[in-house]
Amino acid sequence: MTYDQRLQNVSVLGAAGKMGSGILLLTAVEMTDLSLKPENKGKLFILNAVDISQEMLTGLMKYVRAQTLKIAEKKMVWLRNVYADRKDLIENGEIINEYINDVIGIIRPTTNIEAAYHSNLIFEAASENQELKRKLFSQIDENSLYKPWFFTNTSSIPIKVLNNEANLRGRILGFHFYNPPAVQKLVELITITENSCEMIDFAEDFAKSLKKIVVPSNDYAGFIGNGHFMRDALHGISEVGSLMKKFSFVESVYMVNKVTQDFLVRPMGIFQLIDYVGIDVVRFIMNVMNPYYNHEDLHSDLLDKLFEMNVKGGQNADGSQKDGFLKYEKNKPVAIFDPEKNKYFAIAEVTERCDAALGAMPASFAPWKSVNFSKNKDAVLMAYFSELNGMNTLGSNLAKKYNTRSNEIGQQLVSNGVAHNDDDVNKVMLTGFFHAYGPINNFLK
Amino acid sequence: MKKMNKKIYMAAGYNTISMGTGRKEFNPKKERPGLEHYISEAGKGTLAQVGGAQNIDESVIGNFMASRFNKQGHLAGFIPMIDEGLRFKPSIRVEAACASGGMALITGIKSVLAGADAVMALGVEVQNTMKAIYVADVLAGAGWFQKRKDGHAYFFPGQFSDRAGAYFEKYGREKTRKGLSRWYRNSIENARLCPTAQEFHNTTPDPETTCYKMEPNGKSFLDNLNVLDCSKVSDGASAIAILSEEGLAKCGIAKKEAVEVIGFATSERDITKNPTDPTVMETIKDAAHKALTNAGITINDLATIETHDCFTIAGILAVEALGFAKPGEGADFVFEGNTARTGKIPMNTTGGLVGWGHPTGGTGVHQAVTIWEQLTGKTGAAQIEIPAGKPYGMTINMGGDDVSVVAIVYRKN
Repeated sequence: MTYDQRLQNVSVLGAAGKMGSGILLLTAVEMTDLSLKPENKGKLFILNAVDISQEMLTGLMKYVRAQTLKIAEKKMVWLRNVYADRKDLIENGEIINEYINDVIGIIRPTTNIEAAYHSNLIFEAASENQELKRKLFSQIDENSLYKPWFFTNTSSIPIKVLNNEANLRGRILGFHFYNPPAVQKLVELITITENSCEMIDFAEDFAKSLKKIVVPSNDYAGFIGNGHFMRDALHGISEVGSLMKKFSFVESVYMVNKVTQDFLVRPMGIFQLIDYVGIDVVRFIMNVMNPYYNHEDLHSDLLDKLFEMNVKGGQNADGSQKDGFLKYEKNKPVAIFDPEKNKYFAIAEVTERCDAALGAMPASFAPWKSVNFSKNKDAVLMAYFSELNGMNTLGSNLAKKYNTRSNEIGQQLVSNGVAHNDDDVNKVMLTGFFHAYGPINNFLK
Repeated sequence: MKKMNKKIYMAAGYNTISMGTGRKEFNPKKERPGLEHYISEAGKGTLAQVGGAQNIDESVIGNFMASRFNKQGHLAGFIPMIDEGLRFKPSIRVEAACASGGMALITGIKSVLAGADAVMALGVEVQNTMKAIYVADVLAGAGWFQKRKDGHAYFFPGQFSDRAGAYFEKYGREKTRKGLSRWYRNSIENARLCPTAQEFHNTTPDPETTCYKMEPNGKSFLDNLNVLDCSKVSDGASAIAILSEEGLAKCGIAKKEAVEVIGFATSERDITKNPTDPTVMETIKDAAHKALTNAGITINDLATIETHDCFTIAGILAVEALGFAKPGEGADFVFEGNTARTGKIPMNTTGGLVGWGHPTGGTGVHQAVTIWEQLTGKTGAAQIEIPAGKPYGMTINMGGDDVSVVAIVYRKN
């Protein structure tokens, strides 16, 4: 089966979700572009958008329409050539509308899983629930005549476990997009020994066609991205515990969040990142990963507690941030949740005391945004960390300890065989988490 | 054209900011001033300098495509909005694509020749109502619509990229790209001296090298020009008063505060035909020659020129069409600095279309305002020296791909 044939009938499971909608969009555009090739004229391309919620599927179609418009506007030069033989389409605006119609035209939104029985390729982006995934895979595979390939977006469950449980005989691999899939360049590709070369080649070609950067990860729960993120988050939570000997919970969360965002020049602080991903999701991923790592405890009582109190973070349907560790106004943190008192306290009330306790920022500090896009990023970071290294304040010491831990987590991912090398670990953090520098660095040496 | 039957002057010029990407105030996501704002600001700017609306006999408004950019036709009706004093006075809207502003000037000149004493000519375009990819659709209306289907996604940039490609092939790519890059540098450096220019806030350290190093890429944009070679999408308006001797007196404007129009010409090429030779701007050549002949001077008498550089290549081709360089040598002439503000013939001294901006229907009037400012010493930081023996300036305003051209010659009083 050729690349184009494989993509003639595809299903995305969980298509209306946060990750699924992006995967659906990118796949729909890729399939449409194939369908517009002269040699594919007249061939049917079908993309089933399978989800449990009719309501969300309606929202999905609006999302796809709006995003396809933006995509089309950016490739107008190409589109004019593609539609050159359509005499009725003259202006850019007319061609763009036709392209949107073509993309929408191949998508079949449905709540019936049966639609996937006819697909050659299944993208799975259902919730991170091992049993649910197993059930979906088994049901489709048992009813399908096509021996489909399953590309799962799991960010934590080992692929070989899913392969065995659903009896897929190597027709599954991990194709892990980062959030949001339409924007983030990274795809973690997790293959297992039973995979065919043809399947792996296809996965690489597909990623390339989507202009994604592929980082191969070995099949260990959490892979590279969450392998780092979960441990990094636990370090942050543990630092809060230490700080609480002298400071309140709210103050401690503020300080660790500030150290991770500002002192470490990251795009957001660790607690904002946990909120962004979702406290429930982070907790869930830890629960999936924990049984696979005997020598460490990937678990947090604090996350359990917040989850039980229904403080979950994540995003609203319009993409705005829900409250979690932090409370947000216009997506900016304004308050911090105290689980003991079951309420949020304004950040403004603690900044003075906490900032004084942390001590001054290094004079050469520049925020992530200006550093990350700076032409001489490495030199800027080198100078900054060398200054940080010479300081002895609470803030600088927390930052140094955090960076050292991040470094250690990265190296462990390599030594434990999760990642092939240091570069892959750094690439995941740079492209999937938008860090300005990789965790495996020499900044403090 | 026969000799003019009376003396014609221009004075009381006014330019709004050329708004669009590059200006710090510009935010495409926020609501911005519309057509009414720009017409009003420019009109009031001129009226304030002529002693009020009561001194204006007629008005002309030049605009290209408000019907699509703003879904607004019938622009003559906006003239009395500027000032109640213009109510029930003649007002006319003219259109000649990007030469609409120039055509407003010509219409005003003809009105004065026909008996009016004071005509306000105003040009306006508000284009940032849509993304550039759709702006391209609208501006393509300046070409023959029958050719749109086979044209580039960015239709006009495509036309001038083809002209650049023909020039590359005939005379050499390397030296031409050097000339284009120098033209870009001049545009930016001049715009930085003019607070209303779209590129006034531009801080690129070395615009010439930046432009030169940016290789054109036909896959994403054009085969032979890069984005810096193109004027941007602009919102803006300009206005100026066209006056007889009596008009000057009525408005209380001293002669030295005005420029005299000593020659003008318009010239038209068949829009349904391709240019005879893509490396030659034949209509510009024709109109410029006629205007200079009418004025009784030669290019050697000119102190400065505002020419229609919607693309850097149009600047170079105009240099040749005007006769400053032989065919194929325009790129060298520009590269050597001859058109820079301190060069042999300073061109586009406040940035031109690439640097100051190109609110299409307003551009022709903006050019006249700039020449008026230069010849009367009102250009501020962008003022150039006008040699005593060369008290002349010229504007070249082009509509479409060298289809409609307005050329006007001015003299310092």
